[in-house]
Amino acid sequence: MPEGAIATKAVMIWINGKAWSVREGSVVSAAMLAAGEPCRKSVSGEPRTALCGMGICFECRAVIDGVSQQRTCQVVCRDGMRVDTQS
Amino acid sequence: MISKAKAQHADVLVVGAGPAGMAAAIAAATHGCRVLVLDDNAAEGGQIWRKGIAATPDRSESKVRDTRQATLRTAFRKSGAKLLPGRRVVDAPRQGILRTIVDTPAGPIAESFAWDRLILATGARERFLPFPGWTLPGVVGAGGLQALVKGGYPVAGKRVVVAGTGPLLLAVAAHLRHDGATVVSIAEQAALRRLVPFAASMWSHPAKLKQGIRYRRALADVPYRIGWWPVAVEKASSGILVRLTNGKHTVAEHCDLLACGFHLVPNTELAELVGCKLNGGAVEVNEQQQTTVAGIFCAGEPTGIAGLDAALVQGEIAGLTAAGQTQQLSALSRKRAKEIAFGQRLNAAFRLRPEVTLLSAPDTIVCRCEDVTFSRLQGHASWTAAKLQTRCGMGPCQGRICGPAVQSLFGWRPTSVRPPIFPVPISAFGNNDSDSLEELTVFQETQ
Repeated sequence: MPEGAIATKAVMIWINGKAWSVREGSVVSAAMLAAGEPCRKSVSGEPRTALCGMGICFECRAVIDGVSQQRTCQVVCRDGMRVDTQS
Repeated sequence: MISKAKAQHADVLVVGAGPAGMAAAIAAATHGCRVLVLDDNAAEGGQIWRKGIAATPDRSESKVRDTRQATLRTAFRKSGAKLLPGRRVVDAPRQGILRTIVDTPAGPIAESFAWDRLILATGARERFLPFPGWTLPGVVGAGGLQALVKGGYPVAGKRVVVAGTGPLLLAVAAHLRHDGATVVSIAEQAALRRLVPFAASMWSHPAKLKQGIRYRRALADVPYRIGWWPVAVEKASSGILVRLTNGKHTVAEHCDLLACGFHLVPNTELAELVGCKLNGGAVEVNEQQQTTVAGIFCAGEPTGIAGLDAALVQGEIAGLTAAGQTQQLSALSRKRAKEIAFGQRLNAAFRLRPEVTLLSAPDTIVCRCEDVTFSRLQGHASWTAAKLQTRCGMGPCQGRICGPAVQSLFGWRPTSVRPPIFPVPISAFGNNDSDSLEELTVFQETQ
């Protein structure tokens, strides 16, 4: 590990059925952007990802553990969490 | 579903735990007030001091700022003010009461807070302007990308174009580079003839000047195009292609991400909801940060974009006044005036050029919640008319993103704010809640 680096544990989540490892403390919208998976499909079917990153724009809404309309930028990844693109 | 709990009481209720809210809470709590602080985020600090899980310790921040941040966090924790994180304020059902939603493992819960004095420190958000391709994945806010990186997005190795306007662009670019991104270029739409006098006036703010120079030095080899702006983004075989122009020439940059924001807009929705008067898009306050409503104060960016130092001094003034400690204010009011003057110069320097409000093609989406295109908005007399005809601004962001955009594009005035000011899941309210919301923005349960 490089000097000064902060060790962080990995957390495993499922994004659209794909296993994805993130650093502990990561927010779900960041994980989805890194995984290349859209958070939601817009009303006309466009893929969308996080825009504002601070809970205002609602572009990063996705389905977390079966609950829809979650602002993924305000939710921290938990081990085993299932996240799906909201359509 | 929950049973209705009795409202928690605060002598001073602060909404927003960014620098202004923290400063206000410290001032009021250390003078004996029972202070509760509500914030939508998981921790105090606001957007500017959002805590990150960055892989490398942050050495790029100014020493001055780091010390101040640490000092304020410590003072906040010791002050006796109680932070209630994860709460978004959704309405004010009665005089002196705010209602919030908090997400819990058992589902969303509604809570009520009663206040004697209320301090609004709701901060600001980025202004976004539509242009072809701005809804593509890979286009994010400038502050938005910084928040995502702090939230664990691995930006190392990514190629990023930073564009738009405002001092945030340089700060974001410097942080992205620090975290291992390749900053391809920076495009600042402001005209050089506006930036030069602004820069020249910075001698009276040496700490800000030093930080600006530090950011610029960190980016010394990155093309920094003043008087350039983004016109379109297209999907490329890998990543995206960003087209930038200065009105005469155009360049196309291939990258993974476009970090794009056009300065900041005050978050005034809650202030409007509780009846505070606005002036020029910002909450009107007097020298003691009192709004036009008795007992309600406002501090920081909602009163006009002026940055961190303004937020800190205004927060302290609001907290002291709310605690009845007005004898200490004269030294603070000089600092306040100086920082407000800085804010006015800042906003003049980074004023939008007309060209950036004319970028939309007919099929460019303006309202991202409802996918309303530019052509559907043309010809309406007002935002109210456009809302009724097109649903522009009627989605879950409630016009927070498209509102400032249509104001810039069409000159439409914002419409009045109605509760709830954030969408509320219906399950948060039990049947026995007598304060039922007048008009619910209820999410459809699709799963």
